[in-house]
Amino acid sequence: MGAGHGHRLHFHGHSPVHRAPAHLKLVALLGFMLVVVATPSDWYAAYAVEALLLLGVVALSRVPVTYLAPRMVIEVPFAVFALLMPFLAHGPRTEVLGLTVSEPGLHAGLALLVKGTIGVLASLTLASTTEPQEVLRGLQRLRMPDLIVQIMGFMIRYLDVVTAELGRMMVAMRSRGCDPRSPRQWPTLARAMGALFIRSYERGERVHLAMLSRGYDGRLPAQDAA
Amino acid sequence: MHVPDGFLDAPTSIATGAVAVAGVGLALRGARRELDDRTAPMAGLVATFVFAAQMINFPVGAGTSGHLLGGALAAVLVGPWSAVLCISVVLLVQALLMADGGITALGTNVTLMALVGVWVGWGVFVLARRLLPRRTSMVVPAAAIGALVSVPAAATVFALLFAVGGIAPVDPGKVLAAMVTWHVVIGIGEAIVTGLVVASVVATRPDLVRGALPALEKRELEIRSPAR
Repeated sequence: MGAGHGHRLHFHGHSPVHRAPAHLKLVALLGFMLVVVATPSDWYAAYAVEALLLLGVVALSRVPVTYLAPRMVIEVPFAVFALLMPFLAHGPRTEVLGLTVSEPGLHAGLALLVKGTIGVLASLTLASTTEPQEVLRGLQRLRMPDLIVQIMGFMIRYLDVVTAELGRMMVAMRSRGCDPRSPRQWPTLARAMGALFIRSYERGERVHLAMLSRGYDGRLPAQDAA
Repeated sequence: MHVPDGFLDAPTSIATGAVAVAGVGLALRGARRELDDRTAPMAGLVATFVFAAQMINFPVGAGTSGHLLGGALAAVLVGPWSAVLCISVVLLVQALLMADGGITALGTNVTLMALVGVWVGWGVFVLARRLLPRRTSMVVPAAAIGALVSVPAAATVFALLFAVGGIAPVDPGKVLAAMVTWHVVIGIGEAIVTGLVVASVVATRPDLVRGALPALEKRELEIRSPAR
Protein backbone atom coordinates (compact mmCIF):
# COMPACT_ATOMS: atom_id res chain seq x y z
CA MET A 1 0.00 0.00 0.00
CA GLY A 2 2.83 2.34 -0.85
CA ALA A 3 0.63 4.34 -3.19
CA GLY A 4 0.64 8.09 -2.70
CA HIS A 5 -2.30 9.69 -1.01
CA GLY A 6 -2.40 12.62 -3.36
CA HIS A 7 -5.41 12.66 -5.54
CA ARG A 8 -5.23 11.57 -9.15
CA LEU A 9 -6.71 14.81 -10.45
CA HIS A 10 -4.78 17.17 -8.24
CA PHE A 11 -2.10 19.16 -10.03
CA HIS A 12 0.48 20.57 -7.66
CA GLY A 13 0.94 24.30 -7.99
CA HIS A 14 1.20 27.62 -6.17
CA SER A 15 -1.05 29.87 -8.23
CA PRO A 16 -3.62 32.22 -6.65
CA VAL A 17 -6.30 29.67 -7.63
CA HIS A 18 -4.43 26.96 -5.72
CA ARG A 19 -4.07 29.20 -2.68
CA ALA A 20 -7.67 30.45 -2.58
CA PRO A 21 -9.65 29.04 0.39
CA ALA A 22 -11.49 25.88 -0.61
CA HIS A 23 -14.88 27.01 0.70
CA LEU A 24 -14.75 30.10 -1.50
CA LYS A 25 -13.85 27.96 -4.50
CA LEU A 26 -16.75 25.60 -3.79
CA VAL A 27 -19.24 28.47 -3.48
CA ALA A 28 -17.81 30.13 -6.59
CA LEU A 29 -18.09 26.89 -8.58
CA LEU A 30 -21.69 26.31 -7.49
CA GLY A 31 -22.72 29.93 -8.11
CA PHE A 32 -20.97 30.09 -11.47
CA MET A 33 -22.50 26.82 -12.66
CA LEU A 34 -25.98 27.85 -11.52
CA VAL A 35 -25.64 31.00 -13.64
CA VAL A 36 -24.40 28.93 -16.60
CA VAL A 37 -27.26 26.45 -16.25
CA ALA A 38 -29.81 29.26 -15.93
CA THR A 39 -28.53 31.01 -19.09
CA PRO A 40 -31.23 30.74 -21.79
CA SER A 41 -30.34 28.36 -24.63
CA ASP A 42 -29.78 30.95 -27.35
CA TRP A 43 -27.78 33.62 -25.50
CA TYR A 44 -24.55 32.85 -27.28
CA ALA A 45 -22.88 36.07 -26.15
CA ALA A 46 -23.46 35.09 -22.50
CA TYR A 47 -21.85 31.71 -23.16
CA ALA A 48 -18.82 33.44 -24.62
CA VAL A 49 -18.48 35.64 -21.52
CA GLU A 50 -18.84 32.63 -19.20
CA ALA A 51 -16.35 30.56 -21.20
CA LEU A 52 -13.83 33.44 -21.24
CA LEU A 53 -14.23 33.91 -17.49
CA LEU A 54 -13.59 30.22 -16.90
CA LEU A 55 -10.62 30.14 -19.29
CA GLY A 56 -9.23 33.15 -17.43
CA VAL A 57 -9.38 31.22 -14.14
CA VAL A 58 -7.78 28.18 -15.83
CA ALA A 59 -4.98 30.37 -17.18
CA LEU A 60 -4.51 31.95 -13.75
CA SER A 61 -4.28 28.49 -12.15
CA ARG A 62 -1.40 27.61 -14.54
CA VAL A 63 -2.67 24.05 -14.85
CA PRO A 64 -1.53 23.06 -18.37
CA VAL A 65 -4.23 22.51 -21.01
CA THR A 66 -2.47 19.24 -21.90
CA TYR A 67 -3.29 18.10 -18.35
CA LEU A 68 -6.96 19.13 -18.45
CA ALA A 69 -7.90 18.23 -22.03
CA PRO A 70 -7.50 14.41 -21.82
CA ARG A 71 -9.49 14.42 -18.59
CA MET A 72 -12.44 16.04 -20.30
CA VAL A 73 -13.32 12.82 -22.21
CA ILE A 74 -15.58 12.06 -19.24
CA GLU A 75 -18.34 14.04 -20.97
CA VAL A 76 -18.15 12.18 -24.31
CA PRO A 77 -21.35 10.10 -23.86
CA PHE A 78 -23.37 13.24 -23.23
CA ALA A 79 -21.69 15.05 -26.11
CA VAL A 80 -22.97 12.23 -28.33
CA PHE A 81 -26.47 12.80 -26.93
CA ALA A 82 -26.13 16.55 -27.58
CA LEU A 83 -25.11 15.85 -31.18
CA LEU A 84 -28.14 13.59 -31.64
CA MET A 85 -30.49 16.23 -30.24
CA PRO A 86 -31.07 18.12 -33.54
CA PHE A 87 -32.23 14.86 -35.13
CA LEU A 88 -34.44 13.72 -32.24
CA ALA A 89 -36.24 16.94 -31.35
CA HIS A 90 -39.40 18.16 -33.01
CA GLY A 91 -40.34 21.68 -34.07
CA PRO A 92 -39.63 23.68 -37.23
CA ARG A 93 -36.99 22.19 -39.53
CA THR A 94 -33.94 23.97 -40.78
CA GLU A 95 -31.05 23.02 -43.00
CA VAL A 96 -27.44 22.78 -41.81
CA LEU A 97 -24.68 21.47 -44.08
CA GLY A 98 -27.24 19.78 -46.29
CA LEU A 99 -28.99 17.98 -43.40
CA THR A 100 -32.57 18.70 -42.35
CA VAL A 101 -32.60 19.10 -38.57
CA SER A 102 -34.94 20.47 -35.92
CA GLU A 103 -34.20 24.11 -35.17
CA PRO A 104 -35.01 24.09 -31.41
CA GLY A 105 -33.15 20.78 -31.20
CA LEU A 106 -30.10 22.38 -32.78
CA HIS A 107 -30.13 25.23 -30.22
CA ALA A 108 -30.72 22.80 -27.35
CA GLY A 109 -27.95 20.48 -28.52
CA LEU A 110 -25.51 23.37 -28.78
CA ALA A 111 -26.54 24.71 -25.37
CA LEU A 112 -26.14 21.24 -23.87
CA LEU A 113 -22.69 20.86 -25.36
CA VAL A 114 -21.56 24.32 -24.19
CA LYS A 115 -23.02 23.99 -20.67
CA GLY A 116 -21.70 20.45 -20.25
CA THR A 117 -18.23 21.43 -21.41
CA ILE A 118 -18.11 24.51 -19.15
CA GLY A 119 -19.32 22.32 -16.26
CA VAL A 120 -16.69 19.65 -16.76
CA LEU A 121 -13.89 22.19 -17.18
CA ALA A 122 -15.01 24.16 -14.10
CA SER A 123 -15.20 20.98 -11.98
CA LEU A 124 -11.81 19.86 -13.30
CA THR A 125 -10.35 23.24 -12.35
CA LEU A 126 -11.60 22.83 -8.78
CA ALA A 127 -10.38 19.24 -8.58
CA SER A 128 -6.96 19.97 -10.04
CA THR A 129 -6.25 23.00 -7.84
CA THR A 130 -7.64 21.76 -4.53
CA GLU A 131 -6.29 18.96 -2.35
CA PRO A 132 -8.99 16.50 -1.18
CA GLN A 133 -8.25 17.48 2.43
CA GLU A 134 -8.84 21.14 1.52
CA VAL A 135 -12.17 20.23 -0.12
CA LEU A 136 -13.17 18.49 3.12
CA ARG A 137 -12.23 21.50 5.21
CA GLY A 138 -14.10 23.75 2.79
CA LEU A 139 -17.24 21.62 3.11
CA GLN A 140 -16.87 21.71 6.88
CA ARG A 141 -16.72 25.50 6.84
CA LEU A 142 -19.81 25.54 4.63
CA ARG A 143 -21.67 23.72 7.44
CA MET A 144 -21.96 20.40 5.64
CA PRO A 145 -23.21 17.93 8.30
CA ASP A 146 -20.22 16.64 10.24
CA LEU A 147 -21.10 13.00 9.62
CA ILE A 148 -21.05 13.49 5.84
CA VAL A 149 -17.65 15.19 6.05
CA GLN A 150 -16.33 12.33 8.19
CA ILE A 151 -17.68 9.64 5.84
CA MET A 152 -16.17 11.51 2.90
CA GLY A 153 -12.89 11.82 4.79
CA PHE A 154 -12.77 8.07 5.37
CA MET A 155 -13.64 7.42 1.75
CA ILE A 156 -10.84 9.67 0.49
CA ARG A 157 -8.40 8.19 2.98
CA TYR A 158 -9.11 4.57 2.06
CA LEU A 159 -9.78 5.06 -1.65
CA ASP A 160 -6.26 4.13 -2.67
CA VAL A 161 -6.09 1.26 -0.18
CA VAL A 162 -9.32 -0.38 -1.37
CA THR A 163 -8.76 0.26 -5.08
CA ALA A 164 -5.22 -1.12 -4.75
CA GLU A 165 -6.69 -4.20 -3.06
CA LEU A 166 -9.11 -4.59 -5.97
CA GLY A 167 -6.21 -4.11 -8.37
CA ARG A 168 -4.27 -6.94 -6.72
CA MET A 169 -7.34 -9.19 -6.93
CA MET A 170 -7.63 -8.39 -10.64
CA VAL A 171 -3.95 -9.17 -11.21
CA ALA A 172 -4.41 -12.46 -9.36
CA MET A 173 -7.46 -13.30 -11.50
CA ARG A 174 -5.74 -12.40 -14.75
CA SER A 175 -2.61 -14.36 -13.87
CA ARG A 176 -4.84 -17.42 -13.49
CA GLY A 177 -6.26 -16.98 -16.95
CA CYS A 178 -9.49 -15.23 -16.01
CA ASP A 179 -10.63 -12.17 -17.94
CA PRO A 180 -12.70 -10.11 -15.50
CA ARG A 181 -14.41 -8.17 -18.31
CA SER A 182 -16.02 -11.19 -19.90
CA PRO A 183 -19.60 -11.93 -18.68
CA ARG A 184 -18.63 -15.62 -18.57
CA GLN A 185 -16.33 -14.79 -15.66
CA TRP A 186 -18.95 -12.83 -13.72
CA PRO A 187 -19.34 -15.52 -11.03
CA THR A 188 -15.60 -15.35 -10.32
CA LEU A 189 -15.61 -11.57 -10.45
CA ALA A 190 -18.62 -11.43 -8.13
CA ARG A 191 -16.86 -13.64 -5.60
CA ALA A 192 -13.89 -11.29 -5.74
CA MET A 193 -16.22 -8.34 -5.13
CA GLY A 194 -17.91 -10.19 -2.27
CA ALA A 195 -14.49 -10.77 -0.76
CA LEU A 196 -13.64 -7.10 -1.30
CA PHE A 197 -16.83 -6.10 0.53
CA ILE A 198 -16.01 -8.36 3.48
CA ARG A 199 -12.44 -7.03 3.60
CA SER A 200 -13.65 -3.41 3.41
CA TYR A 201 -16.31 -3.99 6.08
CA GLU A 202 -13.86 -5.69 8.42
CA ARG A 203 -11.34 -2.94 7.77
CA GLY A 204 -14.02 -0.48 8.82
CA GLU A 205 -14.57 -2.42 12.05
CA ARG A 206 -10.83 -2.45 12.79
CA VAL A 207 -10.56 1.27 12.03
CA HIS A 208 -13.49 1.96 14.35
CA LEU A 209 -11.92 -0.03 17.19
CA ALA A 210 -8.59 1.70 16.62
CA MET A 211 -10.35 5.05 16.78
CA LEU A 212 -12.20 4.12 19.99
CA SER A 213 -8.91 3.09 21.60
CA ARG A 214 -7.58 6.57 20.77
CA GLY A 215 -10.54 8.32 22.38
CA TYR A 216 -12.95 8.82 19.45
CA ASP A 217 -16.19 10.38 20.71
CA GLY A 218 -18.01 11.01 17.46
CA ARG A 219 -15.88 13.94 16.31
CA LEU A 220 -12.63 13.94 14.42
CA PRO A 221 -10.07 16.23 16.06
CA ALA A 222 -7.50 16.28 13.24
CA GLN A 223 -9.61 18.27 10.80
CA ASP A 224 -10.09 21.12 13.22
CA ALA A 225 -6.43 21.24 14.16
CA ALA A 226 -5.10 21.32 10.63
CA MET B 1 -23.06 7.63 -16.06
CA HIS B 2 -23.93 10.78 -14.20
CA VAL B 3 -26.13 13.66 -15.29
CA PRO B 4 -23.86 16.60 -16.21
CA ASP B 5 -24.44 20.34 -15.75
CA GLY B 6 -26.95 21.88 -18.10
CA PHE B 7 -28.99 18.77 -18.80
CA LEU B 8 -31.90 19.96 -16.68
CA ASP B 9 -32.84 23.61 -16.19
CA ALA B 10 -31.99 25.57 -13.04
CA PRO B 11 -35.39 25.33 -11.21
CA THR B 12 -35.49 21.53 -11.67
CA SER B 13 -31.88 21.22 -10.52
CA ILE B 14 -32.59 23.29 -7.41
CA ALA B 15 -35.80 21.32 -6.69
CA THR B 16 -34.01 17.96 -6.93
CA GLY B 17 -31.25 19.46 -4.80
CA ALA B 18 -33.82 20.19 -2.07
CA VAL B 19 -35.19 16.64 -2.35
CA ALA B 20 -31.66 15.28 -2.08
CA VAL B 21 -30.89 17.40 1.02
CA ALA B 22 -34.08 16.18 2.72
CA GLY B 23 -33.42 12.56 1.79
CA VAL B 24 -29.82 12.61 2.96
CA GLY B 25 -30.87 14.44 6.15
CA LEU B 26 -33.30 11.65 6.97
CA ALA B 27 -30.66 9.05 6.10
CA LEU B 28 -28.23 10.70 8.55
CA ARG B 29 -30.69 9.95 11.35
CA GLY B 30 -31.61 6.50 10.05
CA ALA B 31 -28.01 5.37 9.59
CA ARG B 32 -27.31 5.93 13.28
CA ARG B 33 -29.91 3.26 14.02
CA GLU B 34 -28.22 0.85 11.61
CA LEU B 35 -24.61 1.52 12.52
CA ASP B 36 -24.70 3.66 15.74
CA ASP B 37 -21.33 5.31 16.47
CA ARG B 38 -19.62 3.15 13.89
CA THR B 39 -21.40 5.16 11.16
CA ALA B 40 -18.47 7.31 10.01
CA PRO B 41 -15.80 4.64 9.50
CA MET B 42 -18.20 1.90 8.36
CA ALA B 43 -20.13 4.03 5.88
CA GLY B 44 -16.82 5.47 4.68
CA LEU B 45 -15.36 2.05 3.95
CA VAL B 46 -18.58 0.77 2.36
CA ALA B 47 -18.68 3.91 0.18
CA THR B 48 -15.10 3.16 -0.86
CA PHE B 49 -16.15 -0.41 -1.70
CA VAL B 50 -19.06 0.86 -3.83
CA PHE B 51 -16.68 3.21 -5.60
CA ALA B 52 -14.21 0.39 -6.26
CA ALA B 53 -17.01 -1.89 -7.50
CA GLN B 54 -18.12 0.84 -9.90
CA MET B 55 -14.61 0.95 -11.37
CA ILE B 56 -15.08 -2.42 -13.04
CA ASN B 57 -16.47 -1.76 -16.49
CA PHE B 58 -18.40 -4.30 -18.50
CA PRO B 59 -18.56 -4.05 -22.27
CA VAL B 60 -22.21 -3.41 -23.17
CA GLY B 61 -21.73 -3.50 -26.92
CA ALA B 62 -21.23 -0.86 -29.61
CA GLY B 63 -17.99 0.19 -27.99
CA THR B 64 -19.63 1.47 -24.81
CA SER B 65 -19.31 -0.03 -21.38
CA GLY B 66 -21.47 0.06 -18.30
CA HIS B 67 -20.73 -0.40 -14.66
CA LEU B 68 -22.53 -1.43 -11.52
CA LEU B 69 -24.66 1.31 -9.93
CA GLY B 70 -24.69 -0.51 -6.62
CA GLY B 71 -27.74 1.12 -5.00
CA ALA B 72 -29.64 -2.13 -4.42
CA LEU B 73 -26.42 -4.00 -3.61
CA ALA B 74 -25.45 -1.51 -0.90
CA ALA B 75 -29.00 -1.50 0.51
CA VAL B 76 -29.09 -5.29 0.86
CA LEU B 77 -25.60 -5.42 2.36
CA VAL B 78 -25.68 -2.54 4.88
CA GLY B 79 -29.32 -1.44 5.06
CA PRO B 80 -31.12 1.33 3.14
CA TRP B 81 -30.24 4.33 5.36
CA SER B 82 -26.52 3.65 5.33
CA ALA B 83 -26.71 2.81 1.62
CA VAL B 84 -28.24 6.24 0.87
CA LEU B 85 -25.35 7.88 2.76
CA CYS B 86 -22.73 5.72 1.02
CA ILE B 87 -24.02 6.32 -2.52
CA SER B 88 -24.50 10.06 -1.83
CA VAL B 89 -20.93 10.41 -0.58
CA VAL B 90 -19.63 8.47 -3.60
CA LEU B 91 -21.50 10.91 -5.86
CA LEU B 92 -20.23 13.90 -3.87
CA VAL B 93 -16.61 12.71 -4.15
CA GLN B 94 -17.04 11.99 -7.85
CA ALA B 95 -18.54 15.43 -8.49
CA LEU B 96 -16.02 17.43 -6.44
CA LEU B 97 -12.80 15.47 -6.94
CA MET B 98 -13.27 13.66 -10.24
CA ALA B 99 -15.41 16.08 -12.28
CA ASP B 100 -17.85 13.20 -12.89
CA GLY B 101 -21.40 14.57 -12.79
CA GLY B 102 -22.05 18.30 -12.67
CA ILE B 103 -22.16 20.18 -9.37
CA THR B 104 -25.56 21.71 -10.16
CA ALA B 105 -26.74 18.21 -11.16
CA LEU B 106 -25.48 16.72 -7.89
CA GLY B 107 -28.96 16.96 -6.36
CA THR B 108 -30.42 15.21 -9.40
CA ASN B 109 -27.78 12.49 -9.28
CA VAL B 110 -28.28 11.94 -5.54
CA THR B 111 -32.06 11.85 -5.99
CA LEU B 112 -31.86 9.36 -8.87
CA MET B 113 -29.12 7.02 -7.73
CA ALA B 114 -29.03 7.34 -3.96
CA LEU B 115 -32.70 7.93 -3.12
CA VAL B 116 -34.65 6.25 -5.95
CA GLY B 117 -32.01 3.58 -6.65
CA VAL B 118 -31.58 2.54 -3.02
CA TRP B 119 -35.19 2.83 -1.82
CA VAL B 120 -36.80 1.19 -4.83
CA GLY B 121 -34.16 -1.54 -4.69
CA TRP B 122 -34.73 -2.05 -0.96
CA GLY B 123 -38.54 -1.86 -1.23
CA VAL B 124 -38.71 -4.46 -3.98
CA PHE B 125 -36.15 -6.57 -2.10
CA VAL B 126 -38.24 -6.55 1.11
CA LEU B 127 -41.37 -7.39 -0.87
CA ALA B 128 -39.66 -10.27 -2.67
CA ARG B 129 -38.15 -11.50 0.61
CA ARG B 130 -41.63 -11.63 2.12
CA LEU B 131 -43.01 -13.63 -0.80
CA LEU B 132 -40.11 -16.06 -0.97
CA PRO B 133 -39.49 -18.76 1.67
CA ARG B 134 -37.64 -17.46 4.71
CA ARG B 135 -34.21 -18.91 4.09
CA THR B 136 -30.82 -17.23 3.80
CA SER B 137 -30.41 -18.58 0.26
CA MET B 138 -33.58 -16.73 -0.77
CA VAL B 139 -31.89 -13.37 -0.05
CA VAL B 140 -29.99 -13.79 -3.32
CA PRO B 141 -32.94 -13.86 -5.77
CA ALA B 142 -34.68 -11.13 -3.74
CA ALA B 143 -31.59 -8.90 -4.05
CA ALA B 144 -31.39 -9.60 -7.78
CA ILE B 145 -35.06 -8.65 -8.28
CA GLY B 146 -34.49 -5.46 -6.25
CA ALA B 147 -31.52 -4.54 -8.45
CA LEU B 148 -33.45 -5.39 -11.62
CA VAL B 149 -36.28 -2.99 -10.74
CA SER B 150 -34.15 -0.21 -9.23
CA VAL B 151 -32.27 0.65 -12.43
CA PRO B 152 -35.29 1.21 -14.75
CA ALA B 153 -37.02 3.00 -11.83
CA ALA B 154 -34.19 5.54 -11.66
CA ALA B 155 -34.32 5.87 -15.45
CA THR B 156 -38.07 6.51 -15.31
CA VAL B 157 -37.63 9.26 -12.73
CA PHE B 158 -34.92 10.79 -14.90
CA ALA B 159 -37.26 10.74 -17.92
CA LEU B 160 -39.97 12.43 -15.82
CA LEU B 161 -37.49 15.09 -14.66
CA PHE B 162 -36.43 15.57 -18.27
CA ALA B 163 -40.07 16.08 -19.27
CA VAL B 164 -40.41 18.77 -16.56
CA GLY B 165 -37.04 20.50 -16.79
CA GLY B 166 -35.24 19.21 -19.86
CA ILE B 167 -33.77 21.92 -22.06
CA ALA B 168 -34.61 20.22 -25.35
CA PRO B 169 -38.01 19.90 -27.01
CA VAL B 170 -37.78 16.13 -27.36
CA ASP B 171 -41.00 14.14 -27.09
CA PRO B 172 -41.13 13.01 -23.39
CA GLY B 173 -42.73 9.72 -24.40
CA LYS B 174 -39.78 8.93 -26.67
CA VAL B 175 -37.26 9.77 -23.94
CA LEU B 176 -39.16 7.59 -21.46
CA ALA B 177 -39.37 4.66 -23.86
CA ALA B 178 -35.69 4.87 -24.84
CA MET B 179 -34.48 5.32 -21.26
CA VAL B 180 -36.57 2.48 -19.86
CA THR B 181 -35.80 -0.09 -22.59
CA TRP B 182 -32.10 0.66 -22.40
CA HIS B 183 -32.08 0.54 -18.60
CA VAL B 184 -34.01 -2.73 -18.42
CA VAL B 185 -31.04 -4.26 -20.27
CA ILE B 186 -28.62 -2.58 -17.86
CA GLY B 187 -30.85 -3.70 -14.98
CA ILE B 188 -30.50 -7.34 -16.00
CA GLY B 189 -26.71 -7.05 -15.82
CA GLU B 190 -27.02 -5.20 -12.50
CA ALA B 191 -29.34 -7.95 -11.18
CA ILE B 192 -26.94 -10.75 -12.15
CA VAL B 193 -23.89 -9.07 -10.61
CA THR B 194 -25.81 -7.98 -7.47
CA GLY B 195 -27.18 -11.50 -7.00
CA LEU B 196 -23.77 -13.09 -7.44
CA VAL B 197 -22.05 -10.68 -5.05
CA VAL B 198 -24.75 -11.09 -2.39
CA ALA B 199 -24.56 -14.88 -2.87
CA SER B 200 -20.81 -14.88 -2.24
CA VAL B 201 -21.16 -12.76 0.93
CA VAL B 202 -24.12 -14.81 2.20
CA ALA B 203 -22.08 -17.98 1.69
CA THR B 204 -19.14 -16.76 3.79
CA ARG B 205 -20.37 -14.04 6.18
CA PRO B 206 -24.20 -14.06 6.27
CA ASP B 207 -24.05 -11.96 9.43
CA LEU B 208 -22.74 -9.00 7.37
CA VAL B 209 -25.74 -9.02 5.01
CA ARG B 210 -28.34 -6.77 6.56
CA GLY B 211 -31.09 -8.06 4.28
CA ALA B 212 -30.48 -11.59 5.59
CA LEU B 213 -31.07 -10.69 9.25
CA PRO B 214 -34.72 -11.92 9.49
CA ALA B 215 -33.73 -15.24 7.90
CA LEU B 216 -30.73 -15.55 10.23
CA GLU B 217 -32.87 -14.92 13.32
CA LYS B 218 -35.13 -17.77 12.29
CA ARG B 219 -32.23 -20.13 11.79
CA GLU B 220 -31.90 -22.54 14.69
CA LEU B 221 -28.80 -24.13 16.05
CA GLU B 222 -28.55 -27.50 14.47
CA ILE B 223 -26.61 -30.28 16.18
CA ARG B 224 -25.88 -33.18 13.95
CA SER B 225 -24.63 -36.45 15.34
CA PRO B 226 -22.37 -38.62 13.23
CA ALA B 227 -24.09 -41.51 11.56
CA ARG B 228 -23.36 -44.91 13.00
